[in-house]
Amino acid sequence: MTTSLASPQPGTLPEPPRKTVVFEDVSIAYDNRPVLDGVSFTLERGETKALFGVAGSGKTVILKLALGLIKPDSGRIFVLGTEVSATRERNLFEVRRKIGMVFQESALFDSLTVEGNVGFRLFEEHCPIEEIHERVVEALRFVELEHTVDLFPAELSGGMRRRVAIARAIITKPEVLLYDSPTGGLDPVTSTTIIELLVKQRDVYKTSALLVTHRLQDAFTMADHRFDRELNRMVPVTGGAASNLHTRFLVLRDAKKIFEGTAAELVASNDEYIKEYLS
Amino acid sequence: MRLFSPIEWAKESVMAVQDYSLLAWRSLTNLFRHPRYWADILQQADLIGVGSLPIVVLTGFFTGAVLALQSANSLARFGALSFTGQLVSLSMVRELGPVLTGLMVAGRNASGMASELGSMKVTEQIDAMRALGTDPSKKLVTPRVVSSVVMLFFLTIISDLVGLAGGSMVSTLMLRLDLNQYWTSAWQSLAFEDVFMGLIKPVFFGFIIATIGCHYGLRAKGGTQGVGRATTQAVVAASVIILVVNFFITRFLMAFFPMQ
Repeated sequence: MTTSLASPQPGTLPEPPRKTVVFEDVSIAYDNRPVLDGVSFTLERGETKALFGVAGSGKTVILKLALGLIKPDSGRIFVLGTEVSATRERNLFEVRRKIGMVFQESALFDSLTVEGNVGFRLFEEHCPIEEIHERVVEALRFVELEHTVDLFPAELSGGMRRRVAIARAIITKPEVLLYDSPTGGLDPVTSTTIIELLVKQRDVYKTSALLVTHRLQDAFTMADHRFDRELNRMVPVTGGAASNLHTRFLVLRDAKKIFEGTAAELVASNDEYIKEYLS
Repeated sequence: MRLFSPIEWAKESVMAVQDYSLLAWRSLTNLFRHPRYWADILQQADLIGVGSLPIVVLTGFFTGAVLALQSANSLARFGALSFTGQLVSLSMVRELGPVLTGLMVAGRNASGMASELGSMKVTEQIDAMRALGTDPSKKLVTPRVVSSVVMLFFLTIISDLVGLAGGSMVSTLMLRLDLNQYWTSAWQSLAFEDVFMGLIKPVFFGFIIATIGCHYGLRAKGGTQGVGRATTQAVVAASVIILVVNFFITRFLMAFFPMQ
């Protein structure tokens, strides 16, 4: 069964939902250990939400729940108007085609070339080969890897694999992007390149995104930088303009949400745990 | 160290049977739903069918040859050496052809499927496929099931034929039997029910090999060690289930086609 958050009135054009991802009192436990306990939050259209928490605090679980890869024990999850927590697997594939996911270890198909990986969705939709090639090269150009089309994932470095995974996620211009530690285990230079790609995706295509990260500096960079199309790089933003960048923070601790707000609110928080986390 | 809990074990076993049943059911119902992956079916047919041909030919040939050798020894005592062709033919077509081909293909392909899908599972490639809007049971399982069923059917026919050829070589070259007599006896002894029994079995065995291989692969966890464990379990389970199912199919068909 598919439940919709807001059904369009007959005779009117369906309006895209303003809230792209909604978690309502979501709980899930593994081996009787709670991983998420009554977590609620909303991801607005065009917003990027950075999820923080120590390892094992349930950040990746949130992304997998949003994709419907796992089901919560209780609570409701809506993505693009569909209640994914109550939708059968068979009916979820349609929703997932509107979502892009970058996995922690890239999860590229190792028996396919970069073109096969990036164009996977297009091959599945039986698009013409020439069109697929064109769009693959365009997506790879976005991550500056157009020369890797014929290579296999094993021939790429860790950072390149992560960028190919981003290209695979964005090729169909999804409405929501889910990034699982896209900079984890990478050197600072490659990490900055990847964050710049995320900022570019946010500011150029206005895609909503959930970003799981361990690196505070990555999220803060996203919060105080914007992408300059003319310079083709991200530039720092100062003062009140930074609040227009639609990047908010969510902190998890012991399976519960303990903070949700802007970068400035996070820094000003009086919570001892957050202070220690930021220090 | 965690203590063994019989209740947990029972729960896990029931869950495994439930998962297997659902996977097997979906692999069949997917045939009636779009999209259908013809290119993947052909690729798997090549891997399973053409790839298994050498071991199936060798196994069939030497099984037929040794069957002729062994049976001739016993038949000679009763002066019935001329029945060698009949004995080899009935044994190969009714039992040994399908069962040995099934076991050989299980050893080669159930393990291959379990390790391939297991590696994809532990490296999140299965999740990535689901995230990209593709149903792994349609893309990965159904093509393997269809290819295994179709190719095992034809591999069994080849195995039967090559087994008879092996028996004929031993009969003519070593036992000095007449070649025409051997083939006439082998051909005339076969009735419809023998051929039907011999060709219905690979359909079940092919289904078992593919679904068991995919089931263990998709349940793999625990890194490369988990993949290795899944591979071994898939071969063992597929082989044992083939032998058990073979008994029940034989018993069932014998009730339909009583011995003359």
